[in-house]
Amino acid sequence: MAFNYDKYLRLEKMPTLWCWGCGDGVILKAFVRAIEKMGINQDDICVVSGIGCSGRFSSYVDFNTVHTTHGRTVAYATGIKLSRPDKLVVCVAGDGDALAIGGNHTIHACRRNIDMTMIIINNFIYGLTNSQTSPTTPKGMWTVSQKAGNIDPTFDTCDLAIASGASFVARETMLEPKKLEKVLIKAMKHNGFSMMEVLSNCHINLGRKNKMVSAMANLEWIDSITISKKKYDTMSEEEQLNLLPLGVLKEDIEADEYCAMYAEIQEVHQGLRGKITQDDFAKKI
Amino acid sequence: MATREVISTGNELAAIAAVDAGCKFFGGYPLTPSSEVMHVISDLLPKKGGVAIQMEDEIAGICCVIGAAMAGDRALTATSGPGVSLKAENLGLAQMAEVPLVLVNVMRGGPSTGLPTRVSQGDVLQAKNPSHGDYKSITLAAGSLAECYTETVRAFNLADRFMQPVIVLLDETIGHMHGKAVIPTVEEVEAGIVPRKSFDGPAEEYFPYECGPTEPAVLNQMFTGYRYHFTGLHHDKNGFPTEEIETCRKLIQRLEDKVAMHEDELESYEEFMMDDADVMLVAYGSVSLAAKETIRNLRAEGIKAGLFRPITLWPSPAKKMKEYTDKIKNVLVVELNIGQYHSEVQRATARLDIDGLFKVNGRAISPQEIASKVKELY
Repeated sequence: MAFNYDKYLRLEKMPTLWCWGCGDGVILKAFVRAIEKMGINQDDICVVSGIGCSGRFSSYVDFNTVHTTHGRTVAYATGIKLSRPDKLVVCVAGDGDALAIGGNHTIHACRRNIDMTMIIINNFIYGLTNSQTSPTTPKGMWTVSQKAGNIDPTFDTCDLAIASGASFVARETMLEPKKLEKVLIKAMKHNGFSMMEVLSNCHINLGRKNKMVSAMANLEWIDSITISKKKYDTMSEEEQLNLLPLGVLKEDIEADEYCAMYAEIQEVHQGLRGKITQDDFAKKI
Repeated sequence: MATREVISTGNELAAIAAVDAGCKFFGGYPLTPSSEVMHVISDLLPKKGGVAIQMEDEIAGICCVIGAAMAGDRALTATSGPGVSLKAENLGLAQMAEVPLVLVNVMRGGPSTGLPTRVSQGDVLQAKNPSHGDYKSITLAAGSLAECYTETVRAFNLADRFMQPVIVLLDETIGHMHGKAVIPTVEEVEAGIVPRKSFDGPAEEYFPYECGPTEPAVLNQMFTGYRYHFTGLHHDKNGFPTEEIETCRKLIQRLEDKVAMHEDELESYEEFMMDDADVMLVAYGSVSLAAKETIRNLRAEGIKAGLFRPITLWPSPAKKMKEYTDKIKNVLVVELNIGQYHSEVQRATARLDIDGLFKVNGRAISPQEIASKVKELY
């Protein structure tokens, strides 16, 4: 039987404002299926989004939803999660949102390791505002703010997350929604901060002057720059150049989760245990 | 009212007040001269099962506070002027989405990095309009150690009543002042807590932003079965983005009117030796302490001076000020900025001949300075 999305969608908000052929809807559906499989009550979930096309994600799904300011998703989510640690909190942000204006919050959220999931929908461009350069726009591509070609070096979202200390880091694309759904479940089940980068298309604003005017052309390009982690790991450094590995890139189940650590802080102040020392950490410093 | 005596500082009293008023969450970033609020509350909150977190920057500080407040907790942040500048955009979201929170601003010299460890009252206009767009701020100014406590408590109750941020202005002098204060007992404060309104009917009949034209939104705690949407965009009765012309107009008008039409609930001021005064000083915050000393000294010399001290700065006690300035010719506003509240006194009283004594070198103003200005002018 076909999956019934109606229960999880705010049908009166449909159609979405996303363009025809946009990958955001595919990601939204994968997310909804993942939630259904996890069997979590809609009332116990909070979805926090930022500004940009991905920012509208929160208004389409029937959970507790928050549409925040540009780049601040994970900072808002931090407050929500710390005050209700037993609930599922998921951030949805774009590449400009999470890596440019909100970059500082992103790296510190990775470092802090609060049990939340951050989905970064990376379409390599500022889509909603018509084609400005984002921190992931490939060098040499046309953008409306760099018409002679982008000269800004690009961020690798997952490398950044790993270097910042996120305990779960994965990358998928909207080309394989079933796989995306599976990895999303893994990310949300992970006890700690999980960073989930999802590559998506924006043939309208990235593609229009970069020879990818159709969704298919844009998706073929995404396919051409990605490869499974398994294959990637067998390649030489030269072959790896300009390729992004897909799959779970880091999974550390030992890392100390922040809410659990904070519960111990509360116990210290309530006189229930001694002060926290270096010995209290799972991984010795 | 049952009271207790404590020996403390203004910053510490603000932190204690927050916890006594039921605050469960603090988020912030170190900023002189406000940091002691964070130092104290980071011990107090976990004791009560609450959370205090030092975030990566000022912006994250206010964002996590708004998040916790959206979840349903009473939440606090503390900072100084530069921090408010950084928090401004998200204070705007809290105004727009009607999220109650308290922000303590311990004022230091500005603009920019200014005089980090020195006193100022330079953030009075910033408190009125920290963010872009139209809304009506609520700002309280503590004029004594005890008020650092009582005004913070009042701020929490007002935030939940009006469903918006409430700013408590301390200044470096009063924040770092150390001494005895007589404050209400915890039981007294707890008895006075008025939690935010909530809706307990069926979820399908719940419209968080459908309220009277002068009433705030009714925002239920998150995760309680009422799934709705927060946004900084113009929104409809469900909280969802809209550009419908009348809905947009009504929303912004309501943000103004929910405060403007209930100013009587907000008004707070002190009249000190005003009964027979023919010289009226207007001062707030730590400056009012020097002004009171001045008045006692002047009266000993036969000059009948009095002090009008606004406690709620925004909205200003305009009617009361005008009542006085209609009777009293000699009016002097004393403040540690170049006339930020002076312009409000002029506006409120429709008098352009209101005098001012302004000081902006980071130092407190002395009773002698005020007295000589009074003698020079009148």
